[in-house]
Amino acid sequence: MEYRQRRPSGVARVSSGMMDSLQRWLPKLVVAPTVLIIGIGIYGFMLWTAVLSFTDSSFLPSYNFVGLEQYAKLMESQRWLVASSNLALFGGLFIGICLLIGVVLAIFLDQRIRQEGAIRTIYLYPMALSMIVTGTVWRWILNPRQGLEKMMHDWGWTSFSFDWLVNPDFAIYTIVMAAVWQASGFVMALFLAGLRGVDSSIISAARVDGASLPVIYWKLILPSLRPVFFSSVMVLAHIAIKSFDLVMAMTSGGPGYSTDLPAVYMYATTFTRGQIGQGSASAMLMLGAILALLVPYLYSELREKRHD
Amino acid sequence: MTDVVRRGVRPSRIAIYGVLLLACLVYLIPLIIMLITSFKTPMDIRSSNLLALPTDWTTIGWTKAWAEACTGVQCEGVKGFFWNSFKMAVPAVLISTLLGAFNGYVLSKWKFRGADLMFGMLLFGCFVPFQVVLLPMAQTLGMLGMANTTPGLVLVHVTYGVAFTTLFFRNYYVAIPDALIKAARLDGAGFFTIFFRILLPMSTPIIMVSLIWQFTQIWNDFLFGVVFSSGESQPITVALNNLVNTSTGVKEYNVDMAAAMIAALPTLVVYIVAGKYFIRGLTAGSEKG
Amino acid sequence: MKSLKRHFTALAMSACVLLPTSVQAGKVEVLHWWTSGGEARAAKALKQMMEDQGHTWKDFAVAGGGGEAAMTVLKSRAVSGNPPAAAQIKGLEIREWAELGFLTSLEGVADNQNWDQLIPPMISDVMKYEGQYVAVPVNVHRVNWLWVNPDVMDKVGVKVPTTLDEFFEVADKLKAEGYIPLAHGGQPWQDATVFDAVALAELGPEDYRKAFVEHDMDVINSKKMERVFAQFDKVMSYVDDNAAGRDWNTATGMVMEGEAAMQIMGDWAKAEFTAAGQTPGEDYLCAPAPGTSGDFTFNVDSFAMFSLSDEEDVKAQKDLARTILKPEFQTLFNQNKGSIPVRTDMDMGDFDSCAQASMDTFQSSSDDGGLVPSFSHGLATTSHIQGQIFDVVTNFANSDNPDPAKTTDQLASAIQSAM
Repeated sequence: MEYRQRRPSGVARVSSGMMDSLQRWLPKLVVAPTVLIIGIGIYGFMLWTAVLSFTDSSFLPSYNFVGLEQYAKLMESQRWLVASSNLALFGGLFIGICLLIGVVLAIFLDQRIRQEGAIRTIYLYPMALSMIVTGTVWRWILNPRQGLEKMMHDWGWTSFSFDWLVNPDFAIYTIVMAAVWQASGFVMALFLAGLRGVDSSIISAARVDGASLPVIYWKLILPSLRPVFFSSVMVLAHIAIKSFDLVMAMTSGGPGYSTDLPAVYMYATTFTRGQIGQGSASAMLMLGAILALLVPYLYSELREKRHD
Repeated sequence: MTDVVRRGVRPSRIAIYGVLLLACLVYLIPLIIMLITSFKTPMDIRSSNLLALPTDWTTIGWTKAWAEACTGVQCEGVKGFFWNSFKMAVPAVLISTLLGAFNGYVLSKWKFRGADLMFGMLLFGCFVPFQVVLLPMAQTLGMLGMANTTPGLVLVHVTYGVAFTTLFFRNYYVAIPDALIKAARLDGAGFFTIFFRILLPMSTPIIMVSLIWQFTQIWNDFLFGVVFSSGESQPITVALNNLVNTSTGVKEYNVDMAAAMIAALPTLVVYIVAGKYFIRGLTAGSEKG
Repeated sequence: MKSLKRHFTALAMSACVLLPTSVQAGKVEVLHWWTSGGEARAAKALKQMMEDQGHTWKDFAVAGGGGEAAMTVLKSRAVSGNPPAAAQIKGLEIREWAELGFLTSLEGVADNQNWDQLIPPMISDVMKYEGQYVAVPVNVHRVNWLWVNPDVMDKVGVKVPTTLDEFFEVADKLKAEGYIPLAHGGQPWQDATVFDAVALAELGPEDYRKAFVEHDMDVINSKKMERVFAQFDKVMSYVDDNAAGRDWNTATGMVMEGEAAMQIMGDWAKAEFTAAGQTPGEDYLCAPAPGTSGDFTFNVDSFAMFSLSDEEDVKAQKDLARTILKPEFQTLFNQNKGSIPVRTDMDMGDFDSCAQASMDTFQSSSDDGGLVPSFSHGLATTSHIQGQIFDVVTNFANSDNPDPAKTTDQLASAIQSAM
């Protein structure tokens, strides 16, 4: 509405009406393509998936409605339960450990360290790799016959045993390890840059008051990095939900289906098993869970910003 | 370390360096393993362990992966697919960045009714699992006549990348004082003039972020690549998958690892060369955003 | 007149040079997941033959997961209205695609070449929809094979087992000598492949068919099935601890190198031995999976042909169908792939002893009822039911304390829910 403040000169007045309305419409015109592709590509398709989740679509989409049957079947599926609890376990551990490692490394690296640039690059580079590559390499390292275990045996530590990758009870943790390896350096970098933005006079003042360094970080600095926590959690949650590639490359959901994630389940039912209705129902539950976690968080964060 | 020593080494200092160097080792080991393995002979790989240096260094894994390895019926290595990835990634990165810049500009400086809603919906859009959209997207591309073409793949990447680029630019531009824009308006500057003359020149850090993020995401994508491209236009990740799964009797891990390195090289170079801009730009937005 | 003709020829030739993809020859885009050694060679043979006929081969290989990725791609391509000319689809899925109207009839070619005479009815039934051929069978795989490293057996002083009890005896001795008795990869389809063989041994062909083709609950939810699970569990106990996620050809490699003694796998494993330059009867042995001699679980690779619009491409597609059943191709392809020709009139003289034995059993078992479609490879049941069985079997195989009785119940309810 602020464009009214413009005071067009007399000469331009003739065309100003047209110019004004053009100026008014330009912003909307500029975002129109995005609204269109997002509207169709995300929300339209989501709606379509929602519709399919109430049908008995099998091999290809069909529109024979069966109510909540697909959801009921889903709830009975042992494999779906494993997949959902895996996501909670994986997501929680992954985000938690990444934040912890990221914060600790960032604080350490902020202590006037030599070769900081090189160290930072080393921590950051895994983020550049595709999850397919990460998964392939870690699968190899963690394979008891070829990797770490064999190396330890070669070095004389014959009792060393590390079989998590092939152990149904522990395989999910190897996925956490690989994912943390890939993303924690990135979190570190976010926090490091955040720390650099902290006013150093705060630290000096607190020092004068006799506070120790850990206390200063815990009580003063970390709370001021709230926005960095916000962006980190957003990025990490995004990676956790998309970890499909990593699971496929490392374990393909195995041993058995012990490392299944909802995305893997959804993919397998929709495409391999020809159960599109069932797959759509699982997708809707996934979206619902994301929505339930994300919306309150987003809302509080965005509100806070407005008050600033 | 000399001046540390001179000042007297404090145990806490040693602990800090110890932790940092240990972390370096952990982050580097997989890369080192990939590199050494790619220079070994297959015999060497089986007889030695992961971290042992090659007994005789050979680049055969690399030359084979680049030009000879089989990816299905063809045995021409990954070189053709390497350029395919560029043909797809460059336009997709540029278009999504440009759109993101405009969107961010509008959503921060030309707010209209519903702008916040649009922003929230874009944010949520970042989290949609891509498996969900494969079939409807295929149908849509078919209707547009863009199925299995590079432009079609570019459109897909733009669609699912624009949420992120908008997020970056919006957070960055929010931090720029509105007074600046108001003053420019009073001087009679229009929508585009303000954008190109005032905002764009100060956007270098966030443009870097957007370019690096998008390039990494698009270059590394496998799912869209395998579903929405065909035969000779497949990107390198698809070729890598085919190559790793193409084996005769004994797996040639040196070729696999070399191919994985080749696939990872462009993004690695980008991170090593431009990594610091990436971090600088990202936090420039989130600090105040 | 002559000069006019010459003129035309020159014109046609120049058009050919200028427009390499012009109407002179069609192109066939073929979706497949034959990327491992022997398979890739076999696919290459087909490509060569198509190119010799002047057509363009557009390779569309999607590796991984026994065709899972390829199926995703195919579905997307089909809904986008842009399917390939031919795709590697098998078993009951052919019918599902045909019902949706995606496939084209091959009646002309089939009549012309007399396919009904060439292909055994059990297989041609799978290839037909409403009485018309919509897919071309490429080969016949036998799934219930046991691959053996004879050196290892000699060193330990044991013979190739013919029954499950013998297998356990032999395996115990092998284990005591420090060999891995059974090479295996812990992937759902491989678990199912072993289960397939054990089920055939325990149930016999008739009950196998009742359970996995007709889904007769009297057989599925029975003491017999409990015993199948118990025996399967015992067989799997001879697999090494690190099998999870291992590819089948890596497992075959373990047999070749003498690290493991045996592998239960279909005869595509033979392609790996062949590609490594090994000879059957000398470097490796092929025997029916324990307890299944005389029986034959078949797995047929086939190409379904999609409806196309371009006339030249349709012609190329028909040529592809014709080429696949040509004797020269059948020989060349199957020698590389490890399978036997789908044509029953072929001279098996050029094939190795395993393939000859396979062909003999194929023919004898189709007479005495020992020929059954393999459920683990999608020939017996829909992908949905197959998937449900896979889940139960692989979960059982990876369980800490497997319970055959409970698992039998699970199997029954899983199949029921998918019917």
